Amino acid sequence: MSSINLTLKIWRQQNSDALGRLETYTLDNVNTDMSFLEMLDVLNEKLTKESKDPVAFDHDCREGICGMCGAIVDGVAHGPEKEVTLCQLHMRHFKDGDSIVIEPFRSRAYPIKKDLLIDRSALDRIIQAGGYVSVNTGGTIDGNAIPISSQKAELAMDAAACIGCGACVASCPNGAAMLFTSAKISQLALLPQGQVERKQRALAMVEQMDKEGFGNCTNAKECEAVCPKGISIRNIARLNREYLLAALTEG
Amino acid sequence: MELNARVPAGPLEKKWDTHRFSNKLVNPANRRKYTAIVVGTGLAGGSAAATLAEQGYTVKAFCIQDSPRRAHSIAAQGGINAAKNYQNDGDSVFRLFYDTIKGGDFRAREANVYRLAQVSTEIIDQCVAQGVPFAREYGGTLANRSFGGAQVSRTFYARGQTGQQLLLGAYGALSRQIHAGRVKMFNRREMMDVVVADGRARGITVRNIITGEIESHEADVVILATGGYGNVYFLSTNAMASNVTAAWRAHKKGAGFANPSFVQIHPTCIPVHGDYQSKLTLMSESLRNDGRVWVPKKQGDTRLPADIPEEERDYYLENKYPSFGNLVPRDVASRNAKEQCDLGKGVGSTRLAVYLDFADAIKRDGEATIFKKYGNLFQMYQKITDSDPMKEPMMIYPAVHYTMGGLWVDYDLMTNIPGLFAIGECNFSDHGANRLGASALMQGLADGYFIIATSVAHYLGTNKLDNISVHDQAFIDSKRSVEDRIAKLLKNSSGGPAGKFTVDEIHKELGKLMWDNCGMARNKEDLEKALKELPAIKQKFWDYVYIPGDTKEINQSLERAGRVADFLEFAEIMIRDALTREESCGCHLREESQTEENEAKRDDKKYSHVSVWEYSGEDAEPKLHIEPLSFENVTPSQRSYK
Ligand SMILES: Cc1cc2nc3c(=O)[nH]c(=O)nc-3n(C[C@H](O)[C@H](O)[C@H](O)COP(=O)(O)OP(=O)(O)OC[C@H]3O[C@@H](n4cnc5c(N)ncnc54)[C@H](O)[C@@H]3O)c2cc1C
Ligand code: FES
Repeated sequence: MSSINLTLKIWRQQNSDALGRLETYTLDNVNTDMSFLEMLDVLNEKLTKESKDPVAFDHDCREGICGMCGAIVDGVAHGPEKEVTLCQLHMRHFKDGDSIVIEPFRSRAYPIKKDLLIDRSALDRIIQAGGYVSVNTGGTIDGNAIPISSQKAELAMDAAACIGCGACVASCPNGAAMLFTSAKISQLALLPQGQVERKQRALAMVEQMDKEGFGNCTNAKECEAVCPKGISIRNIARLNREYLLAALTEG
Repeated sequence: MELNARVPAGPLEKKWDTHRFSNKLVNPANRRKYTAIVVGTGLAGGSAAATLAEQGYTVKAFCIQDSPRRAHSIAAQGGINAAKNYQNDGDSVFRLFYDTIKGGDFRAREANVYRLAQVSTEIIDQCVAQGVPFAREYGGTLANRSFGGAQVSRTFYARGQTGQQLLLGAYGALSRQIHAGRVKMFNRREMMDVVVADGRARGITVRNIITGEIESHEADVVILATGGYGNVYFLSTNAMASNVTAAWRAHKKGAGFANPSFVQIHPTCIPVHGDYQSKLTLMSESLRNDGRVWVPKKQGDTRLPADIPEEERDYYLENKYPSFGNLVPRDVASRNAKEQCDLGKGVGSTRLAVYLDFADAIKRDGEATIFKKYGNLFQMYQKITDSDPMKEPMMIYPAVHYTMGGLWVDYDLMTNIPGLFAIGECNFSDHGANRLGASALMQGLADGYFIIATSVAHYLGTNKLDNISVHDQAFIDSKRSVEDRIAKLLKNSSGGPAGKFTVDEIHKELGKLMWDNCGMARNKEDLEKALKELPAIKQKFWDYVYIPGDTKEINQSLERAGRVADFLEFAEIMIRDALTREESCGCHLREESQTEENEAKRDDKKYSHVSVWEYSGEDAEPKLHIEPLSFENVTPSQRSYK
């Protein structure tokens, strides 16, 4: 364990309507065993004591699973470490004297509510459009009635691991939500339970994606590079196939 | 306070069927005229909101996070139990029931637990139908593992992300109903009060976290699914927003709070590393299958673990409990770790940790085998601590993990306030004084998918409810009291922060008081001391807490302050509950109640009951009521792990 001194440049914006700007703060003696969010906690305690407004940021589980945290750190969503969320990034990856720029996830579809805190409800609406199997509670068949190969189940699980943090959108030059949407479409397309609604699902989710103002995919692959759960862009290829097939036969 | 558990008559295996048959129903065409409020969208609330909407009720659902998918349930790792007996290894509904009752140290209601075991099998079918990608065997059938010392393999899992996958299943079902317009979802709302009119729960008062607006919402029934209160200790494995506020406000409106001192402390968490620490991370219990727990024999030994020779190490669990060794139950493992540290044998920079060593397992099975089993966990550990468990022993320490106590409910999961229900971790109903691993997910989904709709129908079918509006006096009064409380919280802030304390500073102080005196081993003297010290912390909070900013905007300090204010009040009944239960049971050792071998001694003569607390006003002592427990289908036995 050691400690480092940092200069932080943080996006401050009072609310959706206000203009934002980067503010500079110095923070000394940052213990390198801290997580990035704990470092922000310490900054906020300091700001509070100085009678300044603490930085608003979203977080909850602090274990990398709820998908609530996230910010652009030095230009990269969730910071410099691969396959971690911001809450799982530790300060040992920074050096004494570093200057760190911290901004919110940006996208046309993500209004900034305050500082680093944004509105990602567009992602919820994509799921609402069809990211599920339409079964009511009760009256389902026995869990073992339909065998599923363990390989299929594992592939579905790879896609299902998405935490919905939205880093993919914020990193895409086109602001596309393809990785997010394709993860859910893939999971359900791979499993027998998802077959009945397979086509409507692809059409409805893609339509909602467009409605929310997300952009198109041009294979920049930035989404995959920043995804804290390592969701593969192969899922986007699958989404494209699913969509095409559905559009050709249903549309 | 009237505590009628309303357990149906008849033999145990028939109770649930009999009950469903004799319960009143609501005609499908009439259901949409009724509104249900569901607070919380974790496994319990998410599944309840979706199911009620599918059945035709009008539902309003609320959660603190920006999306219902982010509830704390998402973090559950290990798995979910169900009595499927797919492995043909002797499991049955009765065995799951028995294990749960026994695991809870005979402090839960037989009928509720039996029903839980009964519906457990339907949960798995439901989740599979939703497309939850459970782990599979090569032949395509569902895989199971044995979990938390169970002698049968009944735990279903999806990698180390079972809670996530189950929650996303429920979130999918909920999303479908939102899309259909049958659920109106209110994200980023914090419930601040239950509105009770003419003795019935008729709505809630919430704060909109984005605008700071105080809103009123009316309904015919209110269902709380707001999770556990482990964060009263400041540090726990719970998510940051987990709170007691919703349950506590219901309590202040008359709902009984049952067994508040029943808290589970998990033995294998990553130790605290500094006073900036914000939460604790759980490492799966499965690690104890191959890891050996030890501390140096000498007190204050600061040598590196590799420099401590074999004969100077104390494998205290193996020595003390030869037949169970490192696999003793959670409470025994936790208590012994704390005991070693209290004796000055703790390791690491804070001296509050013990070693969990894989060296022997690696020698025995080879690096590859051990890495295959635990690689994920090792990487997670390394990410946080920068140390590689394949090379040096892990360090672990117990942490607060789950709260068995909660709002008192009857067999229908209704509190003693008519129309107010509590499901999931926020009720007390199924786990007694200790919860078995992989049973919380089961309970949340049992309550939400398979039980609550029956209860709601019966309540609405048997009671004629008056029309109500948010302009009624009960709503206006509730809103005013919430606004007054917020104003009171902000009253110190005008003069600036000088000489004042932040919310976290006071929360940490409360947490320490609770951990030191109302943790896993308790005694009268310390509990009485804590009860004496608590009012001063409370006073300090109200006189000196400094909260920057205003109420009509996003104000995260204010959100936390509201929760801490409630934890400070709630802590009192926790301590009192621990004080009055002069027996060791479940997760807790009461130091005065031990066997000759220093093991926990339960006292069934005096304490075979649920302790239910009634709120009696700001400055009045809370009243204790008792729901006696009777065991007609199992015989309470004493645990022994020697
Ligand atoms: C790290 C970890 C691992 C675990 N692993 C397992 C496991 O493997 N198996 C197992 O069975 N159990 C496990 N558990 C326990 C289990 O996860 C929880 O007990 C369970 O998920 C609780 O579900 P719930 O629906 O009752 O509440 P939660 O999931 O906690 O949901 C609470 C909901 O209520 C909302 N809420 C809370 N307060 C308010 C308020 N005042 N106003 C509005 N909304 C509010 C929240 O926004 C949230 O939506 C684990 C727990 C932890 C911490
Ligand atoms: S806080 Fe949950 S993923 Fe970071």
